[in-house]
Parts: sequence; structure tokens; C-alpha cells
Amino acid sequence: MTSLLITASQTVGPYLAIGLPWPDGPFVVPEGTPGAITITGRLLDGAGDPVPDGLIETWQADPDGYFGHPDDPRGPNPSGAEFRGFGRCPTGPDGSYRIVTLRPGALPSPDGGTEAPHLDVSVFARGLLHRVVTRIYFADEAEANAADPVLAGLVDDDRRDTLLAVPEPGSPGGFRFDIRLQGDGETVFFDV
Amino acid sequence: MTTRPSSPPTGFSLPSYERPAGVHPPLDSPGYRSTALRAPHRPPVLAPQRLTEITGPLLGEGRVAEADADLTTHHAGEPLGERIILSGQVLDSDRRPVPDTLIEIWQANAAGRYRHAVDSHPAPLDPNFTGVGRCLTDSEGRYRFVTIKPGAYPWKNHPNAWRPAHIHFSLFGRAFTQRLVTQMYFPSDPLFPYDPIFNSIPDPAARQGLISRFDMDLTEPDWALGFTWDIVLRGRGATAFEAQEDGQ
Repeated sequence: MTSLLITASQTVGPYLAIGLPWPDGPFVVPEGTPGAITITGRLLDGAGDPVPDGLIETWQADPDGYFGHPDDPRGPNPSGAEFRGFGRCPTGPDGSYRIVTLRPGALPSPDGGTEAPHLDVSVFARGLLHRVVTRIYFADEAEANAADPVLAGLVDDDRRDTLLAVPEPGSPGGFRFDIRLQGDGETVFFDV
Repeated sequence: MTTRPSSPPTGFSLPSYERPAGVHPPLDSPGYRSTALRAPHRPPVLAPQRLTEITGPLLGEGRVAEADADLTTHHAGEPLGERIILSGQVLDSDRRPVPDTLIEIWQANAAGRYRHAVDSHPAPLDPNFTGVGRCLTDSEGRYRFVTIKPGAYPWKNHPNAWRPAHIHFSLFGRAFTQRLVTQMYFPSDPLFPYDPIFNSIPDPAARQGLISRFDMDLTEPDWALGFTWDIVLRGRGATAFEAQEDGQ
């Protein structure tokens, strides 16, 4: 049986705010959850200007590294903990977004290695005919990051910093992760 | 210090999703002006599909009400315009239905106006139409919306630019790799040859895949016309060892 041609992508356009934001979208866990972290940043275009009509989506493992998904061969978290794992935040007039979540755990890799804690990120906006995909790693996980098969294995040294969320001084649990779509300091995007 | 995560004792294989070439529009599509400052300059880094990519949010329970699929009943009165039924099946490219997956849609009203502060098209808003809908596919991957046919509308991309009538669709599938946002069009739209967004898709067959089909069988007599549109997400070929595929 021949395979079907997949459906092509089109831009979300300028009016995604009608259909995609959810009131609880940015809250992977409710604000104030013990151990919660906050990832904030700005989406910027090739001129360094904010992108005010974008959408950031995040997907990640729980703090123990489980997904609770039928295709995860390890099954659900043995602790019984449930975790949505998904965040969604439209960008504001200044291009900013904010996600409240828990730190993801490290993951086993099919080749026997270990993936450093990370979130997968989809970016949608007017002017993007297809989502762009990146990953958020944590700057304070230097040891794990150095052994990560994607960050250390596939990304050029001089661009690795674009994938690191940096702790915000004076803001416990706060991290900053800006996304530059184009040009100087362009964020590394992945074809997954 | 990260503790070592738990692994299955032996054999660790993950599904592998196809990587279609030439279907999606190139991000740098000069005919669509907004791509100029937003399309990345660097090519994307080819990355393996691991646990984060082959899983994804399985949402919907408690997030969708049955009434969300009928966009004509969200206000006191009925919206103006041509009432339509829009239905189809979500499949992967291996022809496997994608059940219980969240579909979100949004659209302009019959006059071609979005209920959004940025839309300055001098066409009327419809107090009885918001233009947002949601549903979950059933056990066979089928979905069904009732709405009104959106109007074409002008935009500022180039002189006398008009978008063909379309409805925005957002789908999750079952894995991060399957996430898709796209637009569905209506058959025989005279604006197709002039639209840089539709024509950003290089393959004519892939462009055709975004056009719904008038479906007399779906039409309900004395009430609404029917359009059918199937959506195909990336399929999982045979289960493969990613490590071997990646050459690591």
C-alpha cells in the first residue's frame, strides 16, 4: 500500500490569538506549585524587533524524565505522578512569553547515552510558513549538557549558547530564554 | 548533578517518523513579505527523533465541549453567511487513523473580517460569530464542524492582494513530530493563482491537498452544504533503532 502525501503547513497568520491561546496555556503547572520554574523571554526578528504576534509551545518530560505517553517504552512514571508537559503562550506586544513549569528530568537515549534535561519548543508566527523547532537546555546543567548527544554532538560550539536558558539573578526559579529568528545570534533550530 | 534516568533493561527502540521532502513551503518565500525578517538564515540542524519528539501532548479531555464544534451556536442569534458542514478524517501517511486528537480552527466571518483588533478590513463584524472552534477526532480519526463559509479578504502584502477564503487548522497528532498548523481552502477559488501563501508550497499535489472537496453526501437538505477535507500527518514507518539510523 502506498503512503499518503502529508498535508502541507501554512502560516498561523496574524490572527492566531482568536483560536489558539488558552487561559491555562502558559501554566504547565499552576503558579505557586512547589519547585515550579518560570521561563521567560522574547521572540525577536531579524532586525532585533519584537514579534508581537507569535506563539511559543513547549513539550517536556516530568521531573523524573517520564512522559506518561503510550509510545514511551518505559510506561508511566512509577510514582504515579501525572504531568501535562505542554505549555503554550502567545507573545505580547514586546514579543515576550512566559511559561510556568517544573524542571524536566534527564532522559535515556536509545544508544545508551543520556539526554540532558530539555524542553522541545515550537515557534509559530505570521511570516513563518512552517513552525520552527528549538530546544531549551539549562545553563546550570553544565555537566549533563556537555554529554548531551544533541547539544554537544550536533550543535556548533559558537551557537550552543542560543539553546541555554539562563538563571535570572534575584529571581528564584526564574530562567531567561530569548529566541532570535534570524541574523546575529540566530537561535539554533532543528529539523526533527 | 543529574541522576541517571531509568532505562528499559534490554532493547530500546522508538518509532521513527517520516521526514517528508518538498511538501512544506520553504520558510524563505520572498513572495510572502513577512518571511523576510522572520525566516531563519541558517539551515536547521538535522536532529534525531528521541523520547521528547516521539511523544507529545494528548490533550482534549476536559478541554473540549461538544458545542465547540458548532461555530454557528455560540451567540444568541445565527451568524450571517453560507452555513456549511466541514468533515474529514485525520490519518498518518501510513493510512493509520489518528483518533482522539485535538483539532482547533479559527476563521474570518462571511464578510471576510476577523474578530481581532489588528484586522482593519472595512467589512462588518458579525455579532453572532466569533470564528473559533474545537473538537476531538473520534475513534476512526474523523472530525466534523458546523460553521459558515468565510469570505475572502484583502491584505497588505502587495498591491491589490486578496487571500482566498480559508479556515485555519491546528493539529497535535500523537507526537511532537506530528504537530501541524495549516489552512484549508475551498474548491475552485479564483484567487488561488494570486496568493503567495498558498503558492509557497512548491508541489502542486501538496497544494491540492489543502483544498476541501464539495461533498453532496455530506450536504444536509434544506440546511447546509457539505465539504470534506482529510488531513495527513507524518507517519511512522517500521519501528527502527534510532541509534543505527543516526549512525551513532
